[in-house]
Amino acid sequence: MISIDFILLVSTLMMFAGVYGFLTRKSTLAILLSIELMLNAANINFAVFNNLLFPNGHEGVFFAIFAIAIAAAESAIAIAIMINIYRQLQNISVDKLTKMKW
Amino acid sequence: MSYTLFILLLPLISFLLIGIVDLDIPKTGKVWSHKVAGLIGTASLGIVTILSYTTAYQYFFCTPRLSDGTLPTLVPYNTTWLPLGDLHFDLGILLDPISVMMLIVISTVSLMVHIYSFGYMHGERGFQRYYAYLSLFTMSMLGLVVATNIFQMYLFWELVGVSSYLLIGFYYTTAPAIAASKKAFIVTRFADMFFLVGILIFGYYTQSFNFSFAGTVEYADNVAHFIPCNPETALVKNAAMTVLPISLVLMFIGGAGKSAMFPLHIWLPDAMEGPTPVSALIHAATMVVAGVFQIARMFPIWIEYAPQSLSIVVWVGAFTAFYAAAVACAQSDIKRVLAFSTISQIAFMMVALGVCLPGHGEHLNHSGLGYMASMFHLFTHAMFKACLFLGAGCIIHAVHSNEMALMGGLRKYMPITHWTFLISCLAIAGIPFFSGFSSKDEIVTACFQYSPWCGAWMTMVAAMTAFYMFRLYYGIFWGTENKEAHAHHTPHEAPWTMTLPLVVLSVITVGTGVVTTLGGFLHWEWASFGSIVSASGIPYTVHFDPVVASVSTVVAVCSILLATWIYKDEKQPIADKMYAAAPRLHRWAYKRFYMDEVYQFVTHRIIFARVSRPIAWFDRHVIDGFFDFLAWGTHKTSALIKGFQSGSVQTYAFWFFLGTLLLLLIMLF
Repeated sequence: MISIDFILLVSTLMMFAGVYGFLTRKSTLAILLSIELMLNAANINFAVFNNLLFPNGHEGVFFAIFAIAIAAAESAIAIAIMINIYRQLQNISVDKLTKMKW
Repeated sequence: MSYTLFILLLPLISFLLIGIVDLDIPKTGKVWSHKVAGLIGTASLGIVTILSYTTAYQYFFCTPRLSDGTLPTLVPYNTTWLPLGDLHFDLGILLDPISVMMLIVISTVSLMVHIYSFGYMHGERGFQRYYAYLSLFTMSMLGLVVATNIFQMYLFWELVGVSSYLLIGFYYTTAPAIAASKKAFIVTRFADMFFLVGILIFGYYTQSFNFSFAGTVEYADNVAHFIPCNPETALVKNAAMTVLPISLVLMFIGGAGKSAMFPLHIWLPDAMEGPTPVSALIHAATMVVAGVFQIARMFPIWIEYAPQSLSIVVWVGAFTAFYAAAVACAQSDIKRVLAFSTISQIAFMMVALGVCLPGHGEHLNHSGLGYMASMFHLFTHAMFKACLFLGAGCIIHAVHSNEMALMGGLRKYMPITHWTFLISCLAIAGIPFFSGFSSKDEIVTACFQYSPWCGAWMTMVAAMTAFYMFRLYYGIFWGTENKEAHAHHTPHEAPWTMTLPLVVLSVITVGTGVVTTLGGFLHWEWASFGSIVSASGIPYTVHFDPVVASVSTVVAVCSILLATWIYKDEKQPIADKMYAAAPRLHRWAYKRFYMDEVYQFVTHRIIFARVSRPIAWFDRHVIDGFFDFLAWGTHKTSALIKGFQSGSVQTYAFWFFLGTLLLLLIMLF
């Protein structure tokens, strides 16, 4: 059995890869992928800690499933928004998206 | 006598009906609203007149007198409108000799004016509005005189002010009418402020708004009796003795504003911008005597607690009488002459009230002569001055101008107007067998009892009255005829709706005059005004003082002869010479001794420039400046920090991430 440390290392790497991607990518599509990375890092943690703390329970797994479902819905909304932005600006780069301010 | 309530309700209903309902039938295209509005107003006023006369008959002849011979004060209707602890504002109807007399005066003159307006206002725009305002005014004036307490009086006092404002500004498309209506409203409102302060002081110290201290209303035999309680308890307890004169004088200032006493008279001449029947009703017969009525109403309190302060009334009245008469001698606009004549005559009534001395012993009645004379003059003056104004309306109707220069020689064209005008002029001049003689003679007698100087002064003013009235009369009906103007438009007699009121009013003038003159000389008890109205309420018979009567008659006749000598003929060499001798005096009198200019100077140069403008500067720069500073500060701060909201999502995310890390560090350590 793989040690829990390795799994947490992977999830941490995924998490910070997501954060890095979120802060540096210019394409909104790439930012959305980064968000998915962060969410999945959290999902891995749910599954791992469920196994560690409640070997016979499924609560953590259910949380992960819910998070996946919500992430799917969120992706749909995000892509819809992106299509609208593209129609307005012919572009989906966040650099060009600075109109929403004072 | 519960039907007296309808005296107030009917004009109110007709006001609402005429004022709100569109009386034209739609789609027929037939404009008949003026006739219907006039008929509704006149019909309701006719009923009110009948009710008033019935009330007077029942009150004076069918109500049993009290044991000392006074007429009882009846309160057929009274309700608490606004209770405020011990104090309460009541609304109701109070009948006593002067209020019943006023009911007759108001309803008669108002009915005459309603009928007259059919002819005078024929074809005017806003005919319906005119009749609505007339009804409103009549209701307010009737409410004023039957008020059961000073506060109700004040309510209706303001209502007559409003309706006067509306009617002066009836021709609201012309600039002078607008200015005149505003002037009248502002000047009288300024005076009413003092009235209100007087009322509040009075109410605070006497714990009552009643005309006599802390009275109660007691019901017996379906008639309410007004029982004044012992004044000692109310007074001594509140130490009101010292403040009562102050509050009464403050109320007098309000009355002086409404009654156009110097120096608050400036609104009345300008009020002549309104339609002439309105001038007859409001600015000659009824509303302008409200100040006199107010003092008469409060008179028991004046005479008992502030007899010294009455000398203020005498001084103001005596000066105003002279001033207005002097100005009237030089005016060329016939309505202005009548307006100043009204001011002068009201001043006569004021003086008469002021010279009324407290009675004692067997002279209890006769010492109250001034009160009776004032009320009597109010009655007779209302009739003949309304007649004069309505006559002036006929003349204006005929020549389309107010200027005497366009008249002259009108007696041939307008016989009825001429004769009724002559009768009223004789009455105001004080010729025996005309009503003005009886009342003015009593006033002069009362003045002589007060002080010989006062009597001589008022006799002189009476002489001036006769002079300027006959100057007016000759200027209109005799004198130089303006043939050029008359050839262009031949003057004609007015329609019957306009001449009928003239005839009725002059018949009243002659009838009252004959009866009271004979009664005064022959000591007829039934023909004496003193038998119904007197200061103490105890009836007495008027006896003319033969010396005073003959002197004032001779003086009046001499003045009329003088005016005849100067103004009757086509050529007027003496008038021209008089003018050439003192052009500056004539100019001063013509310009009303520059009182309007004085007001302009005081308000614009002193109050506006020296007081209002600095206050406006303070408001604009200090008060507004503070709030402008707050807004400016907020604006600058926001400009400073708004760049933080850049619109770039990743910057937000970066800060969010840093914040999360910071929170994490805080939680860890």
